[in-house]
Amino acid sequence: MSNANWPLWEVFIRSKQGLSHKHVGSLRAADAQMAVENARDVYTRRSEGISIWVVQSNDVFASDPSEADSLYEPADSKVYRHPTFYDVPDGISHM
Amino acid sequence: MKENNIEELERQFQEKIDNDIKIEPRDWMPDAYRDTLIRQISQHAHSEIVGMLPEGNWITRAPNLRRKAVLLAKVQDEAGHGLYLYSAAETLGADREETIDDLHSGKAKYSSIFNYPTLSWADMGAIGWLVDGAAIMNQVPLCRCSYGPYARAMVRVCKEESFHQRQGFEIMTTLANGTPEQKAMAQDALNRFWWPALMMFGPNDAESKHTEQSMRWKIKRQTNDELRQQFVDITVPQAEMIGLTIPDADLKFNTETGHYEFGEINWDEFWQVVKGNGPCNKDRVDARRKAKENGMWVREAAAAYAEKRANRNKEKRA
Amino acid sequence: MNKNLFEYLLRLGDDSLIIGHRLSEWCGHGPILEEDIAMTNMALDFIGQATTIFEYAAKVENTGRDADALAFLRYEREYRNVLLVEQPNEDFAVTMVRQFLFDAFRKPLYEALQNSSDTQIAAIAEKSLKETKYHLKHSSEWVIRLGDGTEESHEKAQYAVDTLWRYTDELFFENEVDAALQAENVIPSLIPIREEWQKTVTDVLTEATLSIPQNGWKQQGGRTGLHSEHLGYILAELQYMQRAYPGMKW
Repeated sequence: MSNANWPLWEVFIRSKQGLSHKHVGSLRAADAQMAVENARDVYTRRSEGISIWVVQSNDVFASDPSEADSLYEPADSKVYRHPTFYDVPDGISHM
Repeated sequence: MKENNIEELERQFQEKIDNDIKIEPRDWMPDAYRDTLIRQISQHAHSEIVGMLPEGNWITRAPNLRRKAVLLAKVQDEAGHGLYLYSAAETLGADREETIDDLHSGKAKYSSIFNYPTLSWADMGAIGWLVDGAAIMNQVPLCRCSYGPYARAMVRVCKEESFHQRQGFEIMTTLANGTPEQKAMAQDALNRFWWPALMMFGPNDAESKHTEQSMRWKIKRQTNDELRQQFVDITVPQAEMIGLTIPDADLKFNTETGHYEFGEINWDEFWQVVKGNGPCNKDRVDARRKAKENGMWVREAAAAYAEKRANRNKEKRA
Repeated sequence: MNKNLFEYLLRLGDDSLIIGHRLSEWCGHGPILEEDIAMTNMALDFIGQATTIFEYAAKVENTGRDADALAFLRYEREYRNVLLVEQPNEDFAVTMVRQFLFDAFRKPLYEALQNSSDTQIAAIAEKSLKETKYHLKHSSEWVIRLGDGTEESHEKAQYAVDTLWRYTDELFFENEVDAALQAENVIPSLIPIREEWQKTVTDVLTEATLSIPQNGWKQQGGRTGLHSEHLGYILAELQYMQRAYPGMKW
């Protein structure tokens, strides 16, 4: 085979216990194991992480930005989901 | 949803940019915006990668253990920065390998500064101080660029590069305060790198064909001449402080404007180097091409092994 | 000064310095950007190890020489690294196999040195072991990928194993220096370390579908300062600045 082009991987890093993994960028690797190691060398050179996830970029299924109106805007009108929607009389605390 | 024609999309796009809303990879964008970004980001990535070579030239000859470790870490950072940038370009659909092939064929450009040779240890100081100094000046405004992945990559790059310029200035300071040979070495490096560093900001605004549109799209936030002036204003006092002389007979401070006035840049030299006729253009591109060619069998082997292993796992599960 | 301890520290320090030097030659020329970064990371680990070890050696020697003087200003015959680490990079297969054969030795060595009666050595070993475990993982995986990758990579990897095999026996070189330090529990016996090395190497090379050379001629000399011609050129670069501008601060 003459496939010298490695697949692209998206890299997610947990910077410390208690925080979720966050997308930091991408890299090339032949397999998942190598992707984790490359991510360690590329994205944690300054102790930025304690845990790494890698996902092949092809496997990421994303929502369509042109549908953003219909996907996300309907939530904007549901203000009653937010605590600030409600009146609480002065003097009431812990609520 | 209303029927969107191109003009309407372009209007909405520009409105987003004017309102400082970042553009993300899957958003609609004009082809010219995408092409300009791909060109700019990959050129930037190539500069990081080719930029490893002049400094890499001194890693095995660094004068002590501390300097060796710092230089290694710095050159490695450049590889990392190249990678962040190629990643950003990939979000626009620019395949990294194809982008790199354009570098090797001479189609894609990189910063002209890296086509100058590093002839002494002091050049490590001059590069860190002047070249990284100029690069930071270019890059800081790009942290606010309109394209999300590029802006995020630049935030990371700028954070990491803060030590690069310092280590260079530290080398220069040490040499300038050292023996007469060391001071001469430092002055010689400044003499050779000063003008090429000023050229790094690109042609004068009047000559710069992309500036206007790029500013409108917020993928460039200050003009070449503005940045160059900023660089000169900051750097000249630093040279004076360590007792080195800027090699420009026309350099003088204008008390009215509060800026330094400097001599004419040799634009013929600049364009020659951009066209490929600098002292090291051929060596730099050859070195990169060789690395890619010599690595081909390695990348093939890893891909073949990954496939074999995946198949074996499949068989095991079956 | 404890001459034996000093001698032993030079062995440890020189191995790290020279293999770090060889790895650093790859910087900017790696087979792919990600691996360029990985090899430079390893080079940095080794230069860091060499620095700590030479700092301690300088203290042990106590003649005013510092870590840099030890790294940069000895003559060729005073370097104590094994021949394996000074062998040229040639190609990625030779580099990775060399790395693997060395890492497979360094890991059990550092594990044992963690129990050294010399607390400085124990501390150096503990820190370096973490780095070494990663190096061994990285180099083992590459040896397997290359061995079991394509026909071309298999050939290159097998060539590397066959070429470098003659330098592996020297990893386990012992003389009166070792005997004296072993008696004080400063350093371990290399016999169990050799066993573990043998096992790691057999396991990895087998998985890589590479054949293990039958014991042929074994090359030695590095530990007593008798090097291959390659070391001279390494030192010519390494020492260039210190020799050309003697006594200056950088």
